[in-house]
Amino acid sequence: MVQERTLPQFQASAAQISPEEGLRLYEDMVLGRFFEDKCAEMYYRGKMFGFVHLYNGQEAVSSGVIKSLRSDDYVCSTYRDHVHALSAGVPAKNVMAELFGKETGCSRGRGGSMHLFSSEHNMLGGFAFIGEGIPVALGAAFQSRYRRDALGDPSADQVTACFFGDGTSNNGQFFECLNMAALWKLPILFVVENNKWAIGMAHERATSQPEIYKKASVFGMPGVEVDGMDVMAVREVAQQAVARARAGEGPTLIEALTYRFRGHSLADPDELRSKAEKEAWLARDPIKRFEAYLLEHSLVDEGALKAVRDRIQTTIDDALTFAEESPEPSPDDLYKYIFAED
Amino acid sequence: MAETLLFNALREAIDEEMGRDDTVFVLGEDVGVYGGSYKVTKDLYDKYGELRVLDTPIAENSFTGMAVGAAMTGLRPIIEGMNMGFLLLAFNQIANNAGMLRYTSGGNYKIPMVIRGPGGVGRQLGAEHSQRLEAYFQAVPGLKIVACSTPYNAKGLLKAAIRDDNPVLFFEHVLLYNLKEDLPNHEYVVPLDKAEIVRPGKDVTILTYSRMRHHVTQAVKGLEKKGLDPEVIDLISLKPLDFDTIGASIKKTHRVIIVEECMKTGGIGAEIIASINDRYFDELDAPVVRLSSQDIPTPYNGKLETLTIVQPKQIEAAVENMVALKV
Ligand SMILES: Cc1ncc(C[n+]2csc(CCOP(=O)(O)OP(=O)(O)O)c2C)c(N)n1
Ligand SMILES: [Mg+2]
Repeated sequence: MVQERTLPQFQASAAQISPEEGLRLYEDMVLGRFFEDKCAEMYYRGKMFGFVHLYNGQEAVSSGVIKSLRSDDYVCSTYRDHVHALSAGVPAKNVMAELFGKETGCSRGRGGSMHLFSSEHNMLGGFAFIGEGIPVALGAAFQSRYRRDALGDPSADQVTACFFGDGTSNNGQFFECLNMAALWKLPILFVVENNKWAIGMAHERATSQPEIYKKASVFGMPGVEVDGMDVMAVREVAQQAVARARAGEGPTLIEALTYRFRGHSLADPDELRSKAEKEAWLARDPIKRFEAYLLEHSLVDEGALKAVRDRIQTTIDDALTFAEESPEPSPDDLYKYIFAED
Repeated sequence: MAETLLFNALREAIDEEMGRDDTVFVLGEDVGVYGGSYKVTKDLYDKYGELRVLDTPIAENSFTGMAVGAAMTGLRPIIEGMNMGFLLLAFNQIANNAGMLRYTSGGNYKIPMVIRGPGGVGRQLGAEHSQRLEAYFQAVPGLKIVACSTPYNAKGLLKAAIRDDNPVLFFEHVLLYNLKEDLPNHEYVVPLDKAEIVRPGKDVTILTYSRMRHHVTQAVKGLEKKGLDPEVIDLISLKPLDFDTIGASIKKTHRVIIVEECMKTGGIGAEIIASINDRYFDELDAPVVRLSSQDIPTPYNGKLETLTIVQPKQIEAAVENMVALKV
């Protein structure tokens, strides 16, 4: 097993969070976790198909970053996109219905697990090829700058958060877009979720410089590493990066050190990762950790946390019922949505 | 009327559309300060500024994806491919995202963008700069593919492409940029989806596009002298094909010759023949004939290059043969 990286220090005691916001973050993480657990169950029961990539273990990254955004900001994801979509506000029932291939799905059953979209929530996708979402996110960020500086609209200060994995940071689109984002000072956060593995390829075997955040410096942009299992730490770096982007100071590269608690996809036997490695990371479960934080700082009590979990359980149950009862797309609509006029 | 070179007709189209709609912007390699490698964006940088005429780094796939993202969020990008061949590096963004994302997203997003630039076989530019990409891209769902051929249609079609809410691949031809034509002084737009009847006739239908239109026109001069009366149709839209115009012509002539610059295998002509068989088989008096360029990388040597693409004499001979077989 490769030596684990030393996690960056974070002064949790210095961080401030209100009980309301603490509960909001907690709720978002629990939603992500419960949703994914339900997906695994439904997949094994033959209710959903294709490649399904779950996010268990990485929730602090999605919640810490996306909950630091405004609702008119943009989110761009990968194939591991369910939880990013949920954090961005896409209702669980529409995500679940999409996984069931239903007309009521956020992509009307045409996309599936790896292609979640919602223009209403500025969720740009859902991209199944690694790296291809990065330029699209760059385009959304360019659009904000264009409206502000070419069209003179001072309210155009939207920020784009672009998520992708450690393996993807070896792809050319990553470097090309870092260059353009820094060159044009675009309001974008590149969030690398370094979960140490790209399917079966260990990060250290794929890259000459495993500390991804350091790659920012050659483009003259800030790069920060953060403990991706600590939502308070992620939130802190995200808020700073969002503030910079919103102020017109350009992009930030954030490397969140995290871990997926399940195989690469539900089709992956997950035989390469050692038991010791998995156990070490499971012990750092971001949800348990945040529960402890909230209780320790007397921000909330156990009853409040349980109420959140119960509410989310109902949301998931309702989402499932909605997905099951929703109609499939009509065969008459097979050709719908190919062109803009359809 | 003003005599206008084709590259200037394109430039006027972009200028007019940028003036009309401030969400329209141009991006690509050397489009700004340098004015475009064929001068199609000359002086627009000074007029519209660096964000609306954006010089990009040489990163085709990424700046194409960036245009997709900008289009999804409400802008109307025009990408200039310095040479359309370079867009092979952007194949993923063009196919997966420009072409398919609207469908995959269940209609959440539309992608109004134009990808334009010089394509086709130039003069001894070698294989990589002499590509015939229309055939490679025709299978991608969701793309419209257009080929202009005269200053008049270049201007009107490009304006229509910019206004279209779909991704449009817009092929210009390296050897046609200096064609001249008197253009109307008033504004006009040419519909993307209509083929152009270049010359009405009754003996045989010749379907062609881009530079081959001019080879056909040359061949027709010889054919006219021999008393033949072919109908020449410039397809304009390579996808979707205008079967109203094509079908009406077939019902009149019952004979079809396709003249194309792309390769024979999997080419535009191959698709047209298959569709004609589906739709108009009973109308045909003879099998459809296809004159395509050779299935080889375009050679550098001038003589070999000439042999690679269809020449007017071959077109003349093909028409004569077909008409001679007339029952
Ligand atoms: C262009 C492309 N090549 C290969 C794949 C197959 N693939 C899917 S995910 C993946 C690994 C990506 O790893 P990483 O970027 O670390 O993200 P993670 O899955 O760990 O979240 C690969 C190789 C793909 N989807 N797209
Ligand atoms: Mg990974």
